[in-house]
Amino acid sequence: MQRQTIAELSRQLQDGSVKSRDLVERCLTAIEGPGRQLNAFVSVCGEQALVAADAADELLKAGRAGPLTGIPFAHKDIFCTTEVATTCGSRMLEGYVSPFDATAVARLREAGVVLVGKTNMDEFAMGSSTETSYFGPTGNPWDLHRSPGGSSGGSAAAVAAGLVPAASGTDTGGSIRQPAALTGITGFKPTYGRVSRYGMVAFASSLDQAGTLTLTAQDAAMLMEAMAGFDPRDSTSVDRPVPVYTDELNTSLAGKRVGVPREFFDEGLDPDNEQRVREAIAVLEGQGAKVVEVSLPNLGLSVPTYYIVAPAECSSNLSRFDGVRYGHRHQGAADLESLYKLTRKEGFGAEVKRRIMTGAYVLSAGYYDAYYLKAQQVRQLISEDFKRCFAEVDILAGPTTPTPAFLLGEKTDDPVQMYLNDIYTIGVNLAGLPGISVPCGLVQGLPVGLQLIGPHFGDTAVLNFAHVYQQQTQWHCLMPAPTGTPDAADNAGGAS
Amino acid sequence: MALYPTDVRQIAHLARLEVSDDEIADYVDKLSQIIDLVDQLQQVDTGGVVPMAHPLDMSQRLRADEVSEENQRELFQRNASAVTDGLYRVPKVID
Amino acid sequence: MSWETVIGLEIHAQLATRSKIFSGASTAYGAEPNTQACAVDLGYPGVLPVLNAEAVRLAVRFGLAIGATVAGRSVFARKNYFYPDLPKGYQISQYELPIVLGGNIHIVLDDGTEKDIAVTRAHLEEDAGKSVHENFDGESGIDLNRAGTPLLEIVSEPEMSSAAEAVAYMRTVHQLVRYLGICDGNMQEGSFRCDANVSVRPAGEQQLGTRTELKNLNSFRFVERAINYEIERQIDVLEDGGSVVQETRLYDSDRHETRPMRSKEEANDYRYFPDPDLLPVVIEKEYIETERAKLPELPEARRQRFIHSLGLGVEDASLLTGSRATADYYEALIASVGGEYKLAANWVNGELAAALNRDGIGIADAAGSPERLAGLLVRIIDGTISGKIAKEVFEAIWQGEGEADDIIEARGLRQISDTGKLEKIVAAVLADNPDQVEQYRSGKHKVLGFLVGQVMKATGGKANPGQVNQLLKQKL
Repeated sequence: MQRQTIAELSRQLQDGSVKSRDLVERCLTAIEGPGRQLNAFVSVCGEQALVAADAADELLKAGRAGPLTGIPFAHKDIFCTTEVATTCGSRMLEGYVSPFDATAVARLREAGVVLVGKTNMDEFAMGSSTETSYFGPTGNPWDLHRSPGGSSGGSAAAVAAGLVPAASGTDTGGSIRQPAALTGITGFKPTYGRVSRYGMVAFASSLDQAGTLTLTAQDAAMLMEAMAGFDPRDSTSVDRPVPVYTDELNTSLAGKRVGVPREFFDEGLDPDNEQRVREAIAVLEGQGAKVVEVSLPNLGLSVPTYYIVAPAECSSNLSRFDGVRYGHRHQGAADLESLYKLTRKEGFGAEVKRRIMTGAYVLSAGYYDAYYLKAQQVRQLISEDFKRCFAEVDILAGPTTPTPAFLLGEKTDDPVQMYLNDIYTIGVNLAGLPGISVPCGLVQGLPVGLQLIGPHFGDTAVLNFAHVYQQQTQWHCLMPAPTGTPDAADNAGGAS
Repeated sequence: MALYPTDVRQIAHLARLEVSDDEIADYVDKLSQIIDLVDQLQQVDTGGVVPMAHPLDMSQRLRADEVSEENQRELFQRNASAVTDGLYRVPKVID
Repeated sequence: MSWETVIGLEIHAQLATRSKIFSGASTAYGAEPNTQACAVDLGYPGVLPVLNAEAVRLAVRFGLAIGATVAGRSVFARKNYFYPDLPKGYQISQYELPIVLGGNIHIVLDDGTEKDIAVTRAHLEEDAGKSVHENFDGESGIDLNRAGTPLLEIVSEPEMSSAAEAVAYMRTVHQLVRYLGICDGNMQEGSFRCDANVSVRPAGEQQLGTRTELKNLNSFRFVERAINYEIERQIDVLEDGGSVVQETRLYDSDRHETRPMRSKEEANDYRYFPDPDLLPVVIEKEYIETERAKLPELPEARRQRFIHSLGLGVEDASLLTGSRATADYYEALIASVGGEYKLAANWVNGELAAALNRDGIGIADAAGSPERLAGLLVRIIDGTISGKIAKEVFEAIWQGEGEADDIIEARGLRQISDTGKLEKIVAAVLADNPDQVEQYRSGKHKVLGFLVGQVMKATGGKANPGQVNQLLKQKL
């Protein structure tokens, strides 16, 4: 299977050498064919996609097309869409069709992208492996026995395998960057508030941010120009102009300062992974950037802090799922309390329940100060660490994950081990910063990522660094070998 | 800090989650591990640190007082499994 | 043993906005079920709240009116609990940092006693929906039209010591919110309601007794009855050697009793935390000053002015300032009746109030505009008509027959003050009643009244009674 970037496809669509319909058909064939064993998609909307592709082709023919017109695209199944179900990877929302579109969905549609389907994810985005999905785990195209990471694992696997050129994701604690790293693609999480959260099913409202899974930083920049921007429906949306990210991609790194946090290279980091990341940083240095060591002394506290803040917010955000207005409902409940308890027992999976209970616990009477308030204070400390660094440097660089992709099932019974996998990504969400993961080599034949982190609204700089790096390297062009053996397919199949 | 089955039952009730007897042990085990993880924060000196509720230092934007939403009851209620005369049906509510 | 009562009230006033506090759905009352509940109100996955500027403005207005501190920074929090009228499983409210802190409400009891009741705080929150229990075969129906309607919850200090004080406080707040135009005060529609925290303790005891919270008190009468019932119930329990259980009780107006609420039996753990979907509400000093400048004269200040500048009695002044519309009406009226403030007050509190009451309409809808009523009072003052005839003219004005002067002319109601004309009538009356004349002259002066009556009768009530009196005495 051939992988092409949005930039390439856009050129071909504009010059008429390819039609959107052809691209969409190619995607649909790939999704339904070799892509099946990945279980990357929860739903596919082929018919609507072809109608939209034809409309895009009309616009292209009429010369009224934008750079994204006709590009096939997939949304993580957390974004509300009116044309196809939005399940959030949960039985609770099986078959649920939203009465409205997410702002990000509407903006991308407006820009001409063609939605071909919705991708698999950890249930309500709670997970780092796409294994908590009610619709079964997604396989990693590099090795079907391994996880593509999560929670945007379906989007990452789909892009890595070339089923779609790009997909959306959401990142609450690393859910875009970590799967991008583990599948060898580019995952961009913008500054909190840059992309509207309206219509994104909320997991942890003060941490959730929509972003992109693409082959290149350039593609991320192109998508961001459509996705980002002020939304009056989201109080946390930032009312400031969206930069033309693509204009700044080639800005020289000469004289720029790259901070390397020493805490990113602790004993938990796989030595080969470290080697790849150090090589990548050397590439940036080769472009004239000055590399300095910096410190994020409280980074080690980011995981425990996150596992108070995120469950607290999720326990409240998920209270609305009660079986009354939408979603799964337990039939024949004798009283209200049973309706709630049985609906939620049946509708939510184990990890979601653990997080809801953790959240209820840390907020409950007598514990609020010791847990929630404490976590908000430590969150401040972590955020201040980043601020101190950005007083000195333009960007921070380090690994995205401690190791390459782990085996499916390897950590499912040990939630804390799973949580610790996000050690390098979570701090960025606590502080609300922009971050990207770009492929920076292989470890035992599996991709790993370089993470670049910018200050608030330093999205342009993050994309610039990532693009310059990708101009100098070919890791982002490395594709997984065509997937699979039949037994691997069975393993990854799941319940869909 | 280790949780006890009574704690788990209590928070499951607060969160309106039915937890059966054979599930309790697993929840006790895993939630205790999670609480152990987050208990690390108890060691941190946070005296005088202002709690951070939000990543952005912004204030609430205000919306003009205008009616912008139309009646979409029919559309909304397509998602509900029990509706009568435009009302969502639930087991009897007792004040 | 003698007991004393301690009462605190939590008043919920629906703010008079067009749209909801966090969504663009209408707040109009009485729509078909769930037709005014949008995706935000229904708590759909993915929706987010955006705060209504007018709700903030109205809360600020209230804070300024009671002399409170308007918080420069206030924060919305989530109050988490499951209930079918609460679609998100949490209510967005304010907890640690409310928008209004402190302030006072000055109350006047029926016996004239005055007292200041301190307000602890007032905070913004969203209202819940409603459960409908009829005709559902043992199930309930949920209507979420009201969900998301902006509420101002006004919490008093526990400073009231009787049901009468509680009612006076509630009436005063009710009057104030309507004066300020921040709430329509319609209690039947639930726009203004309260919960009461009631406890009793032995007289002289410092420590507060265990309190109960009485829910759902949506009329002044129910507040009074429910509190009095609860006071007696608590005293009975204590005198029987028992102890009061801290609980939430519902007032049942049909049975006239309070009973524990089953839905509140378990102690709630609301798990408040700052709502991450909303940012701190920052109110600049400049904004506060602008709003302060826009405040109307407040009822208590107006009442004092009516007493001290217009020389009205306390009762008249209180009645006239009972609503802003009445006081405005009165002030429009006195603009054209010279200094006859008392006469004007008598008419507004007397004939006009009776007519409004009889027809069940508000003063704004009265057919007799202040200008028309002034036209009538002017004719009383200048002696054109008597007070008695004026009532007839008022009735005609009320029925829409036009201006006082036109009615007086058309019906020939002008008082006869032409002495020559009256003298002839008086002479005739004296001639027709020789016996009474004789009685008067022999010292029975009471008979004068009869003779006056005869003259008035002969003139169809249009004679000036004072003049008639004088003339009769002269002739006799």
